[in-house]
Amino acid sequence: MAIDHRHSITLTVTASGSGYPADLFAPSVLTITGGKTTVLVGASGSGKSTVLRMLAGLEPVPGTFTLEGLPGAFKRAYMTQDVRLLPWLTVERNAGIGNRLRGEPEDREGVRDTLDKLNLTRDARKYPSQISGGMAQRTALARTLLERADLNLLDEPFAALDAISRRNMQDLVKQHFDGKTVVMVTHDPLEAVRLGDAIYVLSQPEGSGPAEILPFNGAGPSPSERAEQLFETLQGS
Amino acid sequence: MIVRALITFAGLCLFWQGLVSVFQMPPFILPGPGAVFETLVSSPALFLKHATITAIEIVLALLIGLAAGFATGVLIWQSARAERWIWPLLLASQAIPVFAIAPLLVIWLGYGLASKVTMAVLIVFFPVTVAVVEGLRRIGPYWPEQAKLMGAKPWPFFWLVQLPSSLGTIGVGARIAAATAPIGAIVGEWVGASGGLGYLMLHANARMQIPTVFAALFCLLVFTLCLYGLVNFTTRKLLFWTEER
Repeated sequence: MAIDHRHSITLTVTASGSGYPADLFAPSVLTITGGKTTVLVGASGSGKSTVLRMLAGLEPVPGTFTLEGLPGAFKRAYMTQDVRLLPWLTVERNAGIGNRLRGEPEDREGVRDTLDKLNLTRDARKYPSQISGGMAQRTALARTLLERADLNLLDEPFAALDAISRRNMQDLVKQHFDGKTVVMVTHDPLEAVRLGDAIYVLSQPEGSGPAEILPFNGAGPSPSERAEQLFETLQGS
Repeated sequence: MIVRALITFAGLCLFWQGLVSVFQMPPFILPGPGAVFETLVSSPALFLKHATITAIEIVLALLIGLAAGFATGVLIWQSARAERWIWPLLLASQAIPVFAIAPLLVIWLGYGLASKVTMAVLIVFFPVTVAVVEGLRRIGPYWPEQAKLMGAKPWPFFWLVQLPSSLGTIGVGARIAAATAPIGAIVGEWVGASGGLGYLMLHANARMQIPTVFAALFCLLVFTLCLYGLVNFTTRKLLFWTEER
């Protein structure tokens, strides 16, 4: 069952949490709307990645955390800044590894189409050591897209890229994840404004200690002005 | 690399000849490299016959040791219970020197191939097993997490991700095995055999034919270096993606 606009995921953090990771957060509510991109921004160490990992099912979710509104069975894909392509597999094999790992036949057509969309066709037979960092990120993006997941979790996926590659990757994400449910973590306010349908700020009012997950409702006329507002919110958080 | 090896070899021979000349060594104590070479070329069939026996023992032991070490390593990595049962036995096997059990192996398995191969396998088995276990455990959390999210099945994950990730460490174990397997074969031949370089060395030593002992040692050295080179080459070919070779 796909997650679309009819669904939403609510991560509720109550006040009674103790122990990791509950003590990282103050009471908060994070609502993820199906078919939209939700962006989490916040200072380093505020717990953005932990939220993402909890959504991925990779961190224990203590009783104080509740995930609501999820369809019974749903598939999650998780892409991080460190893409860790398998160096013994070519770009096309890396992109389509999900099927092989599940013991399913390779989706050659799907891989070909996705690599084509991401402008990787010419490099499909190359090994990761023969491609640039930007191409490796695109290969990881292809791998994530080919999972056709209901919930796509992107953890600072472009942090290591130069400005141009980063901008290109943002465009690709905007284009290819359109209509899909995405939760993305970033440090960059402009990236958050460009990609996010909804933005949440992880705020630590005391500089350290439990973070509160607050919605950001910037209303500037241009992305750069909204990014500036978000930047100021982050500075104050 | 070959030039460097030849220069080193020539340097060692010169040093060796120098020792013989300066200290006036009699050939039954330390023959010069010339005398050893002369012995080697005067009866090549003899050395070839014995070297073939030892080579078969070593190669068989290496293959069996690699296969058994790999299987045991995978078992230990897979099952905590297997680890609890097998590790103490493995460690105990290393506490007993193979030289001590060599006579027993000859009594149990006879003077033929089996006792020598078993002895060499006992030497090879431990480093291979340890390398396999360590290699398989080195994968880190990233790919197991991805596999969980992708719904990966255990065996495809093992062959596609886990095993290639650990090949570097397993390769180290294989190289140690290639370098140490000859010890088992030679010790086995010393204790009881009807052929092989160890047998030839023992008999020549008893007859004070020291140039023959050195010539047999030289054959063993060349074979061991070739075997190590082959294992090293294979490992490098398998690990084609690594920069550090």
